[in-house]
Amino acid sequence: MEYSKVTIVTGHYGSGKTNISVNMALELAKRGEKVTVVDLDIVNPYFRTADFEELFKSHDVTLTVPMYANSNLDIPALNFDIRSIADKEGYIIIDVGGDDEGAKALGRYLPVFKNHDTTMLYVINCYRYLTKEPDEALQLMKDIEFASGLKCGGIINNSNLGNETDEDTMKNSLAYAKAVSEAAGLPLVANCCKAEYCEGIEKAYPVEVYVKKLWEEFEN
Amino acid sequence: MAEKSLMKGNEALAEAAIRAGCKCFFGYPITPQTEISAYLSKRMPKVGGVFLQAESEVAAINMVYGCAGSGIRCMTSSSSPGISLKTEGISYIAGADLPCVIINVQRGGPGLGGIQPSQADYWQVTHALGHGDFHALVFAPASVQEMVDTVTKAFDLADEYRMPAVILADGLLGQMMEPVAFEDVEIKMSDASNKPWAASGHGGKRKHTIINSLYLKPDELENTVRERFARYEDVKAKHTEAVCDYCDDAETVVIAYGSTARLAKSAVEAARKEGIKAGIVRPVTLWPFPVNEINEACKNAKNVLVVEMSMGQMVEDVKLALNCSKPVEFYGRTGGIIPKPAEILAKIKEMGGKN
Repeated sequence: MEYSKVTIVTGHYGSGKTNISVNMALELAKRGEKVTVVDLDIVNPYFRTADFEELFKSHDVTLTVPMYANSNLDIPALNFDIRSIADKEGYIIIDVGGDDEGAKALGRYLPVFKNHDTTMLYVINCYRYLTKEPDEALQLMKDIEFASGLKCGGIINNSNLGNETDEDTMKNSLAYAKAVSEAAGLPLVANCCKAEYCEGIEKAYPVEVYVKKLWEEFEN
Repeated sequence: MAEKSLMKGNEALAEAAIRAGCKCFFGYPITPQTEISAYLSKRMPKVGGVFLQAESEVAAINMVYGCAGSGIRCMTSSSSPGISLKTEGISYIAGADLPCVIINVQRGGPGLGGIQPSQADYWQVTHALGHGDFHALVFAPASVQEMVDTVTKAFDLADEYRMPAVILADGLLGQMMEPVAFEDVEIKMSDASNKPWAASGHGGKRKHTIINSLYLKPDELENTVRERFARYEDVKAKHTEAVCDYCDDAETVVIAYGSTARLAKSAVEAARKEGIKAGIVRPVTLWPFPVNEINEACKNAKNVLVVEMSMGQMVEDVKLALNCSKPVEFYGRTGGIIPKPAEILAKIKEMGGKN
């Protein structure tokens, strides 16, 4: 994938923003680029990029998290300055909290995004209950744009059914993704699926599943 | 088969309630169950129901008390500290023989504790969900799909036996995403029809009904409680549930409920791969407690291991159920720490089928 200096990953709760952010960061790191992941999730105190500290460390990816992440304080306190990170060399991937509520956290950093090459990507999953119809997904995108003060620059189709995802899961979502992309007037940047299912899929972006359930510890 | 969706446990509970004919929800936000309220605040108005964020947990449960008295299906949800606040109201609801559904997405305690998953409310929900002689039905689902299926069952049995039903989840189940399907369900008793006890307006055509938990004469109160306990016997006989896997030849039987049962099952399957004869019993109902099912599953076992996300609470009911016939050991993590399958496997190995 081609990356702007700053990539903002937004979308509905459970669309798979965190897993995509992890994949993007590792892709850039493997290319030898400097990359910082910013966990900007002020909404959900469970399951977040802050959980991947060890993985990032082993790939030389810098991780910046809210001061109370993974603690018992569900306080949306952001104690870091994206400006100073953006002024340094390297790429930034920002993993934003779900929906428009999560996107509100972007507002205070608008001047930074105006000064740097920034792309906000909107992640969609046609299997998520309240965004199953293209117009529902489009409405949420508009809500996110309104809350953040930013415009989306592309759509990422990450349609999946968790551990029941198979070869057809992505194939059956292609028409939906096309409809959302056309209605939004935005390019479909990627169709994300496991490497073994990528064949024959346009704009396929192979992803590893890093966000796993604890009882999957012994699998593979 | 119904179409699959990817849903968070809390959202799935909320959607399932609507599909089960729940018309009124009264709640107060608390992590890690707030998505139930958030979801219902959007969906309830669209189906002509009532979503009300009360000023406190105490207010919310008393609104449930009032609504349940009218015969309309209603629900509240909270997490551990909030359930403590609700217990007075739950006792009144039980004392007035009213049906309702209560969800507890458990977090660490005591006190404000923490927001991470826990199972430390087992004693509260099964033994002391309020003052007085009473029980609530307690279901402990282990997946998002099972939570969906449990909601309908909880409403149906609450109505049938006129008693509160609790769905006991934890932060892990509430927050995680899994694929679910909503099968069409038959809604049997969502309003006052077929509920002659309901205070639904007599219209001058019948005697008025009274919803009350106060008895001025001790013998009347004793009779009412005894009658209620006779009903409990019927619940025990017909609605006790447990799932047993790999138990037939198991030398070590692991007993765990809810999300911990999935971690434990993963450990049991890993043990089997190494040639260790381990099995697992997952109580699906915590009240009634699956006493017979546990005895049957442990028939050939040399020892029993109870795993919980607490300092050990259900382990006492397991010991009572087995009545000293087998040695029972315990492994648990608490304070919001989740026991890892590898830790459970190590404990199974340490026990090694010992007598």
